[in-house]
Amino acid sequence: MYLNLDSRQINRCRAAARKIAEDVHHHLEQYSTVAVERTVLRLLGIDGVNRFDVPYPNVVIDHLKASGVLEKGAAFAMAHAMNTTRLTPQAIAEAVDAGTLDLSTCMTQSAPDMTRLLEAFARVRAAIDKQSAYRRHHRINPHDKPLPDKYVIVATGDIYEDIEQALSAVDNGADIVAVIRTTGQSLLDYVPHGATREGFGGTTATRENFRLMRAALDEAGTRHGRYIQLVNYASGLCMPEIAALGALERLDMMLNDSLYGIIFRDINMQRTLIDQYFSRVLSAYADIIINTGEDNYLTTADAYEHAHTVIASQFINEHFALKAGMPSRLMGLGHAFEIDPAHPDSFLLEVAQAQLSRQLFPDAPLKYMPPTKHMKGDIFMGTVQNALFNMVTVMTHQDIHLLGMMTEAIHTPFMSDRALALDNAAYVARAMASFGDAFEIKPGGLVEQRAQTVLNEATALLEVIEQEGLLATLEKGRFAGIGRGRTQGKGLEGVFQKDALYANPVLDTMCTALKEDRPDEQ
Amino acid sequence: MSNKKQVRPYGDTLHDGKVQVSFSLPVPCDAKGEAAAKAIAHAMHLVDVVVAEQRPLGKGYSFYIVYGTLTQTIDLEALEVIDHGETAMNKTDIETYIRDTFVEPLVFIGASTGTDAHTVGIDAIMNMKGIAGHYGLERYAGIKAINLGSQVDNEVLLDKALEVGADVILISQTVTQKDMHIRNLTAFVELLEAEGLRDRFLVIIGGPRISHALAKELGFDAGFGPGKFAFDVASFAVKALRERGVKTHKMTTDK
Repeated sequence: MYLNLDSRQINRCRAAARKIAEDVHHHLEQYSTVAVERTVLRLLGIDGVNRFDVPYPNVVIDHLKASGVLEKGAAFAMAHAMNTTRLTPQAIAEAVDAGTLDLSTCMTQSAPDMTRLLEAFARVRAAIDKQSAYRRHHRINPHDKPLPDKYVIVATGDIYEDIEQALSAVDNGADIVAVIRTTGQSLLDYVPHGATREGFGGTTATRENFRLMRAALDEAGTRHGRYIQLVNYASGLCMPEIAALGALERLDMMLNDSLYGIIFRDINMQRTLIDQYFSRVLSAYADIIINTGEDNYLTTADAYEHAHTVIASQFINEHFALKAGMPSRLMGLGHAFEIDPAHPDSFLLEVAQAQLSRQLFPDAPLKYMPPTKHMKGDIFMGTVQNALFNMVTVMTHQDIHLLGMMTEAIHTPFMSDRALALDNAAYVARAMASFGDAFEIKPGGLVEQRAQTVLNEATALLEVIEQEGLLATLEKGRFAGIGRGRTQGKGLEGVFQKDALYANPVLDTMCTALKEDRPDEQ
Repeated sequence: MSNKKQVRPYGDTLHDGKVQVSFSLPVPCDAKGEAAAKAIAHAMHLVDVVVAEQRPLGKGYSFYIVYGTLTQTIDLEALEVIDHGETAMNKTDIETYIRDTFVEPLVFIGASTGTDAHTVGIDAIMNMKGIAGHYGLERYAGIKAINLGSQVDNEVLLDKALEVGADVILISQTVTQKDMHIRNLTAFVELLEAEGLRDRFLVIIGGPRISHALAKELGFDAGFGPGKFAFDVASFAVKALRERGVKTHKMTTDK
């Protein structure tokens, strides 16, 4: 199947998206955030919590903030402290916590020698590199597989129960397992610690929970002879910190989309766009696929009327990712099957949208989301809706296939819901494997016309955003019909202007590595 | 069984009692598993049990689709139903109703109170995105929705409600361990009464273990449990506010 699209128009979209992303980047370059600085500390090897369960990265950043020296950056402070005390970053953090070390007394007014600090980072970097190498050896990129990867969600709140659910799903054919986070974690300004057994609507994202699930999936993958990918959320107020923990514990995909946090979680746009840049550099470095959240626009706004906002946002997300040195093969751009089933020809409209995304981003592992908005308590009808969604997924060669659950509107999935969804998807994938190659889209027909209309509207929207700037666009509520102010929302207090002496050699090292080691992908 | 008020499930013949049940068991999918599924159906008062389908769900788990005949009957006359009255309006109708009835926007303030850290309920009702395809109150024209989030003290909620001139207070309670929600909700009603403010607001509660009957019993105006959305809450609230003559058109109240 193939849509006739004008490559000049597509180039026009990309040019606008590039300018939009560059404007944001330029505007925010002079700022950093507490989350970015805490991530720097984690990448220097600082881990664990104090006796009040406060993570050491928070302890140190709070100390720097209270001492009025955070504006120079965590690396500036840590390099001076390491050079003065000859202690490890972890020992420094513990001394700060004990009140026996004041980092501001270690500082001078000049840039520190970063050698010791970069040695500490090199040790953490080696751990990340080892995980990436393991993944490169075992994982086939979703985009290089003939059929979509089946993605399921577990969300029991208890990591040990999640593991049981995940193993059952793997036995039934799942390729990707996402552990949904507990409600409200995106608004916590710290990452909780340790294995957790109590969550609501999901399980707390912690390094230990990552490790436990990773080990279980590796074992199951070995048993089944296929690599099982693990997903979590590098989003919310701890976006880059979670990306760091994911890199260390070998998560394979991370939901990562500032626009989602701004619109749906009311997170301050400056805060999360700065955090996103750092988390995308880190994910690109660690070879982690990001998943963007365009599907959510359609769960709030009407999927037929707002289809073009998805395309526009995909272009913007692509350029935010490129700006962070991320190759296309790691860009899991999102979209969804959310048109009202009451709409005539809703199936063909979904085909048009899915095929359009496919052709606009041929090298990206597209993430296709199932119906949620129009799922009701009727599980039997829900099964049919999911079957139609599965058909579009296979016909249009989507890569990351998030399976719909017949009980979507009722509860977090039962083990059996997931098994039935996996059967449904496997049946459709088998039955329709070659469908997309056997049929052609009628030139000028409904599907092509619809795709062209959506692309026209997306082009027009991108041109408007290019003119007014992304931040103003978000204020006006052009995505999902929800407007957010640039100095409103959660986490703004964690944004600060960089001092002239600010340094982030951790970020710089990763950026350099991305340019030097993979020039072919830039 | 000739009495029409005595009811059994209906398959294709009156009183045949036919039901379908599906469930998973934490046992392997084998003969023992099938026997367990049948025994469970018998424990549900089903007879003539047929395990129509059984399948493994991975190591140590199995899934069953079971048909059977229910031997019990229920007496329709004996059932007491306390509901919210009329059928709920949809979002568009509620917005029209507000436009035609009230002279000012209606102010809804909501919170998950006490130590309850869960915002999922209050967010589902109040936030833009809503839940399951049903927008939250924040998205309704004519409604100003203020969501205070979780772990809000009763006193703080009341102070804020007065400060913003709220018409409706929404309280979400998700945690029900040791009936914590009952104590917390009772304390709020007592606070309102102590301050002489019980009639100042329409006060509505919600949560997975909240019913309309429980809400009335505790002294609230309404309660909404699972499967209820923003439109259910808004629909009830706008009608109740109109009845109370809150912010209504002069024209309307004169009629």
